[in-house]
Amino acid sequence: MRYVAQRIALGLISLLLLSMMVYAAAQVLPGNPGRIVLGREAPPSAVAQYNHKLGFDRPLPVRYATWLGHAVRGDFGANYTDGRPVTDDLVPALKRSLFLALFAFVLCIPISILAGVIAALRRGKPADRAITITGLSLAVIPEFVLGAILVTILGPAALNVFPGIAGTLVDASFWTKLDSLFLPALALALVLFGYIARMARAGTMEALDADFTRTAMLKGLRRRDVLARHVLRNGLLPTIAVISTQVGYLFGGIVAIEKLFGYPGIGFLTLTSAQIKNFPMLLACVLVLGIVYFVATLTGDLLIAALNPRVRLARQD
Amino acid sequence: MPQLPVVVEGAPPLSPALDSPHRIRRETLRQIVRSPTFIVGAIVTLFWIVCAVGGTHVAPYDPINGSFAPSYAHPAWAHPFGMDRVGRDVFSRVLVGSRSVLEVAPAATLLGVGLGSFIGLVMGFFGGWVDNVIGRIVDAVLAVPFIVLAILVLTALSAGAEGISVSSLKLILVIGIAFTPIVARTVRSAVLAERDLDYVQAARLRGEHAPYIMLAEILPNVMGPIIVEATVRLGYAVFAVATLAFVGYGPQPPSPDWGLQIADQYADVTLAWWAVVFPAIAIASLVVAINLIADTVQQVLDQ
Repeated sequence: MRYVAQRIALGLISLLLLSMMVYAAAQVLPGNPGRIVLGREAPPSAVAQYNHKLGFDRPLPVRYATWLGHAVRGDFGANYTDGRPVTDDLVPALKRSLFLALFAFVLCIPISILAGVIAALRRGKPADRAITITGLSLAVIPEFVLGAILVTILGPAALNVFPGIAGTLVDASFWTKLDSLFLPALALALVLFGYIARMARAGTMEALDADFTRTAMLKGLRRRDVLARHVLRNGLLPTIAVISTQVGYLFGGIVAIEKLFGYPGIGFLTLTSAQIKNFPMLLACVLVLGIVYFVATLTGDLLIAALNPRVRLARQD
Repeated sequence: MPQLPVVVEGAPPLSPALDSPHRIRRETLRQIVRSPTFIVGAIVTLFWIVCAVGGTHVAPYDPINGSFAPSYAHPAWAHPFGMDRVGRDVFSRVLVGSRSVLEVAPAATLLGVGLGSFIGLVMGFFGGWVDNVIGRIVDAVLAVPFIVLAILVLTALSAGAEGISVSSLKLILVIGIAFTPIVARTVRSAVLAERDLDYVQAARLRGEHAPYIMLAEILPNVMGPIIVEATVRLGYAVFAVATLAFVGYGPQPPSPDWGLQIADQYADVTLAWWAVVFPAIAIASLVVAINLIADTVQQVLDQ
């Protein structure tokens, strides 16, 4: 319990620091919100009145505190551009991105774990080298580059198996969504493949070398039982941690991927609100991405602690 | 009863000639240079550096002002990568496009690794609250994808109400500073492992100042992790520059930047896949090549 509380507290402190840095960054140089909203022609008195009404003339710490007070209750303010609440667009965009991210993980996890375990069992052989080098290369190529190459091969230009543009997909059926999102999800999945496969390989190899595996072998257990009960159960624990931290990484790639495929998720929204300097929306996007990462890593850590008593007990000392 | 130490750790061995620092360094370098992955990575990287330096001198056609004649010509002998929408030779544009990436990525890496190493040294050496505070900031920065933070900062830094033309210098600063905390964390853990070793204790007992111990005693011993970190960061920097250019934070048209080319030509990918896929392959080749180098360096230095 103390471990859980400690993890949550540390995470919240990080989020708070993040919100401060982000708020400061967004406030340093955006100029004059009243001027942005009311336009070049507005009289200075109207601009001053607008800024006063929305509290832009108050000192930075006060504004930050007010903003944070609203933000923790889920109110991220209103767009500079049209005055609508930021959450109106933020929530559907986040849902779309989470759907895409989930799809990418579903595509990625089984294949990468399988590949990692195969590589570990064939250590040093050509299969291991092929999996390792492929994973290493895919992991470092930007997602949008993989997306562009995938579209060239599988998209309308050549084989024409999947569409190259996703669009909003409003009212689309589940299968249409999967079809339209297959290429963006695959691009994200390929990038993650390397990391997850590498962790699965390392974990499995460590478990294979462990004493408990030798004991189980010498006890005369069948190879398959040793693998399932002893090696994989221990070897795949670190992989769970990596998968959860990769969520943050995935959401970085989602920005470029959503732009490439024209899919209006939170990455796309981050970009468009940055382009028109809609700072309330931009702030909300960055913070929500931070929260997604926080929840994902926390879940991963807690899952590991639940599965592995050694972690749970070690941290309590 | 306390015993006098018979063997001092880190004392010079009997035959210093066999593993003098100079010899070890030469041996390490030889191992790196002879590795096939390093050779492949180095050749590809060198190729792009030559293109970046040579610029329009190595390109067969003008990369900016095309013929404006047959747009979207298929790849052919005269134009191996085809032509884009306005009749520019894609091959020439891909060659010259390496410049904008290689102008930013190495400088950003140097800045991030330099600053990060310094902060990491301070964190690891002093520990305590300095370490804690910086550690929390690192966690906060790492909680958001780098690209998103960069977009936020670059937006805040671009003064104009419309259009986001981002200069190379701004990109170098933002990427370099964003790398700093990550490098700092790596260097910190390397310093922690060194801090309590005998040679540091000896320097303390000699009455050396903290800056001297950090720079003259500890720094040379954590150069390995710093070099590894620098090569890995260089790969990330290319990744970041290309992605930022693709999402619009970088060179603007008609620049032949790779990421910009992909963003620019993607709408017509069904008509002319070659205008999209060749810049994409160029980015992929450079990033993979740098990571092959990084991987070799890491494997040799971690031995």
